[in-house]
Amino acid sequence: MSQTGQSFFNEMLNGSDVRAAYRSLERWHRDMPDELRSLKQHEAEQLFRRVGITFAVYGEGGDPERLIPFDMFPRVFTHEEWRKLDRGIRQRAAALNAFLADVYDRGEIIRAGRIPEHLVTNNEAYEKAAVGFRPPKGVYSHIVGVDLVRTGPDQFYVLEDNCRTPSGVSYMLQNREIMMRMFPQLFLENRIAPVDGYPRLLRKTLASVAPQKCDGEPTVVILTPGQFNSAYYEHSFLADLMGVELVEGKDLFVEGDFCYMRTTEGPRKVDVIYRRVDDAFIDPLCFRPDSMLGVPGLMSVYRSGGVSICSAPGAGVADDKAIYVYVPEMIRFYLGEAPILENVPTWQCANPDDCKYVLENLHELVVKEVHGSGGYGMLVGPKADKSSIEAFAAKIRAKPQNYIAQPTLALSATPTFVDEGIAPRHVDLRPYCLVGDSIELVPGGLTRVALNEGSLVVNSSQGGGVKDTWVLAE
Amino acid sequence: MRLSVRHNTRYTFETPVRQLIQVQRLWPSETASQQIVSWTVSTTDSVYGAGHRDGAGDWFETVSVRGPVSQVDVLVEGIVSTTDTSGVLRNHREKIRPSSYLRSSHRTDPDASLKVLAADAAKAAGEGTLSLAHALCEAVADAISYVPGETLAHTTAAEALAGGAGVCQDHAHALIAVAIASDLPARYVSGYLMATEEDAVAMSEAGHAWAEIFVEGLGWVGFDPANGCCPDDRYVRLGSGFDSVDAAPIRGLVLGNNTDEEMTVEVVVQETEQSQQ
Repeated sequence: MSQTGQSFFNEMLNGSDVRAAYRSLERWHRDMPDELRSLKQHEAEQLFRRVGITFAVYGEGGDPERLIPFDMFPRVFTHEEWRKLDRGIRQRAAALNAFLADVYDRGEIIRAGRIPEHLVTNNEAYEKAAVGFRPPKGVYSHIVGVDLVRTGPDQFYVLEDNCRTPSGVSYMLQNREIMMRMFPQLFLENRIAPVDGYPRLLRKTLASVAPQKCDGEPTVVILTPGQFNSAYYEHSFLADLMGVELVEGKDLFVEGDFCYMRTTEGPRKVDVIYRRVDDAFIDPLCFRPDSMLGVPGLMSVYRSGGVSICSAPGAGVADDKAIYVYVPEMIRFYLGEAPILENVPTWQCANPDDCKYVLENLHELVVKEVHGSGGYGMLVGPKADKSSIEAFAAKIRAKPQNYIAQPTLALSATPTFVDEGIAPRHVDLRPYCLVGDSIELVPGGLTRVALNEGSLVVNSSQGGGVKDTWVLAE
Repeated sequence: MRLSVRHNTRYTFETPVRQLIQVQRLWPSETASQQIVSWTVSTTDSVYGAGHRDGAGDWFETVSVRGPVSQVDVLVEGIVSTTDTSGVLRNHREKIRPSSYLRSSHRTDPDASLKVLAADAAKAAGEGTLSLAHALCEAVADAISYVPGETLAHTTAAEALAGGAGVCQDHAHALIAVAIASDLPARYVSGYLMATEEDAVAMSEAGHAWAEIFVEGLGWVGFDPANGCCPDDRYVRLGSGFDSVDAAPIRGLVLGNNTDEEMTVEVVVQETEQSQQ
């Protein structure tokens, strides 16, 4: 079964039997003639191109705008599997928000000695401008993307949390849309839980955190850095589906107690801003003075209860890789519950003993930059050659506090179309949990797949693709 | 002491601008060493709003002026009653944890020379954090002489030390840098000073700035390396931040093709009569 020389869990199989959840798909693929397959693959690409789904890859030269590879073979979760994930993700989203509300207020978890103070207050994502202000409903991270990997039938791990503005949900929606259009029969044969309620739930979530000074139906907008941002397509897609305006910083202005949007009929008050602009850039009069992407004075309106900003400024301190280690502790501390989902065991290079272990075992570890994302600045020990391991070791020695390391997990694989038919390829999962006056989670998420044989890196910037993710109804 | 403050900032635009927006932090802190007797802040033809107090205890208001406008005046006038607490900030309500100020900014990043300055000061200092803080303040005062015109608004602590000259802003940045290098939380404070003949060094400056260092057991303590002392009853504290930009009394922007802004600032701080007492 294994082509990587390493054993891993194939989600389609139980021993040599096809698991019940995958039976219909296994038949579907077996019955599909090669010509139809290439025709459909081509059709899928056309559809993605038409809607304009592209993503940007930097640092490789050439045209950075690329089409994300789409694999037609869906990934399937049974109802029972999803039930556990659902509870675990909601629990995590609740704990992360409780943590944020605490560290921007009294910091009980620090006072109780359960998390080292410097990891929080000396963290670049910790915004002192957010201290002492409680956002509506006490929510800081309104969209929590929890990245999960699977290593066995019942074994899931949380790889990382994304509390700022996790991207990719447009792929979750588009992958489903395209599969339904191309293979309607599959959706008659299988009872698949829908995901198309996401935009409505997102809008409801955003409206539920309207600010104190908003009376009546809140006006929600999406703030984008603009069309050159790699996720611009997603910003406009979500704005369309939610029926809200997509704006850039220059479309908004602050006057008196409120923030307004310029419209052809004159200024219109804005109540909730779903921003896809980083903290440092949202208000040049509070953060980076050279930012052209933000709205001058926005933080003052926010802090005086005139507008809500989602995610709340400062939410990023909860998804930092150095803080990640403490999420199970947060669940116990704030919720008094045992964590449902496990963390991946993590070595912190800031800790000299951990660092020594990491440097001695680089060939079998995955090392990540604490503040990195997108799979950049990362070492996959077993896949790296000697010289790149040595180069990475030098970087760790220079700034150990910038790195964490984890064992190389045998990520599960799901059947994926390849030239010769289908073959197992490694996958992860990012569900999108919505937090407002209630916690909402659509059954599913974005499955990213490492298309290169044996590869464990699923990031779209590094040879990853996406596939539809099914949760079977009861 | 009773200090009267009159602080006028005039912006002149050769080409009228479409809109001016500012976040003003022009209200004195309420502490054991200073109470507001009277205080007004006004901006010509403006709309005020979004008043709020931040986690550091500073009061902010947002001001916008709709154009076209070619001249805007921001006038601050008031009286503050002050007491000398040897620089110690007492009864000041704030929520930010002192450890948040162990982070340096681009302007306060301790380079190798600042680290050496910090280490040398530590060797010379007596026991305890307070002595270390005093030693750091003296070291900065010795290393950077007060010379207006040698540095610019964006000069960093490292650059000021390399040049050996600067103004109060540079002294404050350098003191923050050496304090952070010594693992002491430190921050930038902006405010006013009634300068006298002896510390004429600061008389030529429009506003004043110094630093605060967190001393376990005492709390935040002000140090003014430009004048080689701790703030006393001649100082009026407005607010704090990581550096001169983060703690600026006025942060603003104009919209509409403006390239020719002129700003003139006048600050007069005087002792007034203890009337009606």
